[in-house]
Amino acid sequence: MGHMWSVLANPHRFLGFSRYAVPSAYSLGLILFAWSLYQALWRVPPDEFQGGDIMRGMFVHVPSAWLCMGLYLGLAVASFVWFIWRHELADVAARAIAPVGAAYTALCLATGSVWGKATWGTWWLWDDPRIMSVLVLFFLFLGYMALRAALETRQSAARAGAILAMIGAVNVPLIKFSVDIWASLHQGPSVIRAEGPALAAVYLHPLLIGFLGQGLLVSAMVLTLMRAEIFSQQADRLMARRLGGG
Amino acid sequence: MRAAPIRRSFVQAVMEAWSGGAGLLLPVGFFSGTAMLVPFALGSAPDVLSDIGPGMLWLALALASLVTLERVFQADLHDGALDLWVQEPAAISLVALTKTLAHWSVSGLPLVLLTPLYGLMFQVPPETTLPAMAAFGLGGLTFFLWGGVAAALSASVARGGLLIALLALPLYLPTLIFGGLTVKTGFEDSAFLFLLASTLFALGVAPPAMGAALRLAAD
Repeated sequence: MGHMWSVLANPHRFLGFSRYAVPSAYSLGLILFAWSLYQALWRVPPDEFQGGDIMRGMFVHVPSAWLCMGLYLGLAVASFVWFIWRHELADVAARAIAPVGAAYTALCLATGSVWGKATWGTWWLWDDPRIMSVLVLFFLFLGYMALRAALETRQSAARAGAILAMIGAVNVPLIKFSVDIWASLHQGPSVIRAEGPALAAVYLHPLLIGFLGQGLLVSAMVLTLMRAEIFSQQADRLMARRLGGG
Repeated sequence: MRAAPIRRSFVQAVMEAWSGGAGLLLPVGFFSGTAMLVPFALGSAPDVLSDIGPGMLWLALALASLVTLERVFQADLHDGALDLWVQEPAAISLVALTKTLAHWSVSGLPLVLLTPLYGLMFQVPPETTLPAMAAFGLGGLTFFLWGGVAAALSASVARGGLLIALLALPLYLPTLIFGGLTVKTGFEDSAFLFLLASTLFALGVAPPAMGAALRLAAD
């Protein structure tokens, strides 16, 4: 495992690996995602407990919620690796994860609010701890991107971004905890209960396959952005050499 | 490690904050002005005021921390003081902590001292005055610590004010939740202990982060 990562830390090997990994992840991800959508929209029976047909949205919404947590974790780990070992590729990864993470948290909030409108009767509920956690996550991603964009050199953007991502990551459990306490005092109207009937296999399988498909799509997007960043760095170097060499 | 640089940075920061305008009158005017607008913005019914008033003061405290800290490390960077702090024998994180505490004592502490007065104006029950003072004190300190991290990270950004707010406000949330509960429930409830814990957490985590960010800005 350790060997595999140190091999990939070399940008040239990474380019060689991702050249095949990106198209395979896109195609496999699309197939799995399409299959889970087909199951969700046509095959799965509507569940009266979760409000009938609207629960079909679960197959897009729940994986997106899992993925935005995972993406922030990935951002924090990549920042940590860059901060300690200064692997250039870790910073390229952190930089690539941020916009995908911001987009996914926005997607999670949007699909969640459509679901909320159907089941709670309102688009937005300040008392729901999950909405609040994802909203804070959205702001953490935005802040990270804004900070990187504001700093002038790549090196200082990488260092400041890594510090901010690590500070954010140690604060996330505290934020989650405080928001849970906040929500426990404001019992909202008929929030979907966590202790509802355990998810039957007919729902669970499309959900997990959909999660896998969306996960592959997200990885492919992050790898694409990383490749673009490496190419743009190479282009900068070539340009500098040309200008310098005369 | 010697204590002299720490002491000097405290004195310097207090003088900086003090001479930044009308001394203590400035933060007092800021908080009182906010308090004055509340009844006109939200209505003057006593029960509304006692519900909403503390919340508006929390917002004023958060704003005060952001506005104050925007220039703190930037000024040090521009006049070269930061380069000297980095070379001092004392750890840069301690210097940053000291400066943050100094600015909190000038711009955050006045709100704590004025809380009994605001409590009277907002019809808040007298028995919640002490919990409210503790909550504003600890909460304000935490605001200034996380705001200090954001300010140190954006020290080299030309107009960092909005950026500081975007970076710091999500980190204010736990403090705001626990602090708001402490004002309502007093010392008996666990909210006060959670507020204390989040302040201690910020005291432990924020100074090294400020130090790392300032060393980056000085490079």
